[in-house]
Amino acid sequence: MKPMIKVEDLSKQYRIGTRGDASYRTLRDALAGAVADPFRRGRRKKREAGQDLWALDGVSFEVTPGEVLGVIGHNGAGKSTLLKILTRITEPTRGRVELYGRVGSLLEVGTGFHPELSGRENVYLNGAILGMKKVEIERKFDEIVAFAEIEKFLETPVKRYSSGMYTRLAFSVAAHLDPEILLVDEVLAVGDAAFQKKCLAKMGSASREGRTVLFVSHNFEAVKSLCTRCLLLDGGHIIEDGPPEVAIEKAFAKLRAKSGSSFKLHTLRDAPGVPRPASVEVRAADKPPGELVTFEDEVVATLELDAPLMEGHTFAFQVMTTAGTTIFNSFYRDSRENPPLRPGETRRVSARIPARLLPGGVYEAVFAYMLPNAELFWLCRENWFEIRDVKSYRNEGLTVRRTGLISLILPWDAE
Amino acid sequence: MSLSTRESTSELEKVVPAQAAPVMPPPPPQASVSLPDKPVVTIEPRASWLALNLRELWAHRELLYFLTWRDVKVRYKQAVFGAAWAILQPLFLMVIFTLFYGRLAAIDTGAVPYPLFALAGLVLWTFFSTAVTGSGNSVVNNAHLITKVYFPRMLVPAAAIGACAVDFLLGFLLLVGMAVYYGVPPTPRLLMLPPLFLMTTLFAFGTGMWLSALNVKYRDVRFVLSFAIQLWLFVSSVVVPSSVVPEKWRWLLLFNPMSGYVEGFRAALFGQPFDWQALAAAAAITLSVLIYSAFEFRRMEKSFADVI
Repeated sequence: MKPMIKVEDLSKQYRIGTRGDASYRTLRDALAGAVADPFRRGRRKKREAGQDLWALDGVSFEVTPGEVLGVIGHNGAGKSTLLKILTRITEPTRGRVELYGRVGSLLEVGTGFHPELSGRENVYLNGAILGMKKVEIERKFDEIVAFAEIEKFLETPVKRYSSGMYTRLAFSVAAHLDPEILLVDEVLAVGDAAFQKKCLAKMGSASREGRTVLFVSHNFEAVKSLCTRCLLLDGGHIIEDGPPEVAIEKAFAKLRAKSGSSFKLHTLRDAPGVPRPASVEVRAADKPPGELVTFEDEVVATLELDAPLMEGHTFAFQVMTTAGTTIFNSFYRDSRENPPLRPGETRRVSARIPARLLPGGVYEAVFAYMLPNAELFWLCRENWFEIRDVKSYRNEGLTVRRTGLISLILPWDAE
Repeated sequence: MSLSTRESTSELEKVVPAQAAPVMPPPPPQASVSLPDKPVVTIEPRASWLALNLRELWAHRELLYFLTWRDVKVRYKQAVFGAAWAILQPLFLMVIFTLFYGRLAAIDTGAVPYPLFALAGLVLWTFFSTAVTGSGNSVVNNAHLITKVYFPRMLVPAAAIGACAVDFLLGFLLLVGMAVYYGVPPTPRLLMLPPLFLMTTLFAFGTGMWLSALNVKYRDVRFVLSFAIQLWLFVSSVVVPSSVVPEKWRWLLLFNPMSGYVEGFRAALFGQPFDWQALAAAAAITLSVLIYSAFEFRRMEKSFADVI
């Protein structure tokens, strides 16, 4: 079958320093630099050449109409770069993409919404930004409004909308673009359950109509249930292209191999002297590191800091699913029985997750460094760990895989 | 037995593993869409000097309209104040300049009374300065759009000028009122107003577009710009006529298109002869700036999303 998307040898190079927040320079710097050292320009280039980063490196694949292609991979694997190139937000350094249809994205619903403008005005503005013609917006206008259920508030500025109404309207405009190629990013991580369901339903119906869907996600469950095929990216390369189960299994293996060193730090507030995470380890309490963790094991998550704890600071710990749902939070100060934290000394904390709490699956352990009033300095995320679902001795007769967010063993009564 | 309180059947399927078919979507149907023979879009790295792609700009003309309309709408949402500001700004400056230059310095403005002379210059100048400032900051101000959706980036600085044009129209109405009050007779020279306004717009667009791209890379362009614009006012024949400048230095004004346009604008309004030499120089510079900026913008826009 002829492809809908054809990607050949796609590569994107970033010069380190052109991403991230210190990316722009000031004219003053540039001028001062030129005055202080007129030869710096040439040398600078030379030095920077060694710091190039290939966010995508020789990626080739084809997608046929009706396919729902999942794209997974840990942070920095190249997923978002791929999406940015497909949506033409950034240009590739090398390679070629052919798109045989209009591209629409559910990446950024509500892009270009202006809070001062009314719902009606924003439908037109947003539609035009997403690439719809005016006549097209006019034709679909009633449908868009009905889908978003905001008929009564059409003339109200969207700044007065509830966040639910806002999201519904934004999504409705994006969904009515009716593109042949639909790109979906982590939309499932935001929005409420009903909204997520709508997104998923839209993706399903799009593929049944013979459209092509590219679904980039951390949510392995969603990828497994929606996608017909899945790409696993790592370091800018495709390392697996096949059935979602296979790609996901391989992704888990990658995550396990990287565990401890591959966390992602989200700095929310900076202050001098605040220690940073050095490593995070999640393992079974009674087994050597690296061994499989099962449902029957007590799990220990350990955070190691690169400098001692500061006065007045404390920790929190959280476990999340791959779909981004928080299973629980735990605060160091929850219990007086925890050993007292010693500012200037404490460099390592561990949280113990009781056995038989989490069913088999992959989880994210999150450590937070914060003030007691929950003002966060940083979050240390993406410490993935897997719990294997083994047959519990307690239910030997039944070969039941537990579902649900937690898997407590409850005492029962029978009379 | 329902172990799951959620209504979805997939939950139940997972609980009974014997028949547990993986939750898969229905197999893709035969393609019902007919694919075009040629790709709709081809994405490739492009040469840095790449052509302007005017066809694509034309295809997105509706978006230009909507972006302009957004700026106008937002600006005049608080209608009274928005409209008042457009008139008050040149009006106040006119009063101040009249006091200092018209009265104290007693600048000779020929047959035209100083307040009218100043207002005519100020209305066009205010348009130019707000347009350059607005479009110079437009790309950075619209970072949320640029990092998320593709469209020809050039539309952003272009749209920023539209809202200023509405301000200009309001200021122009004030100017017409003043001209009638002072009894200035209309002449056929008024026909030069639209071309002069168009050239001023193009010059503002060219300058603003270049600055908007530079602004992405060097964030203090914003501050330099607001300072430079203030200085620029005093060399643009707005406050004093170019005839005040000594003969042997007057040629320098040829390098400032705004001086030519402001003088031309006044000549058209008050039925005075045009300085064709100044206008020709201004037009030549305007077109050069426009073309240079357009190519420079195209070259720099590649990295907008990566840097912004």
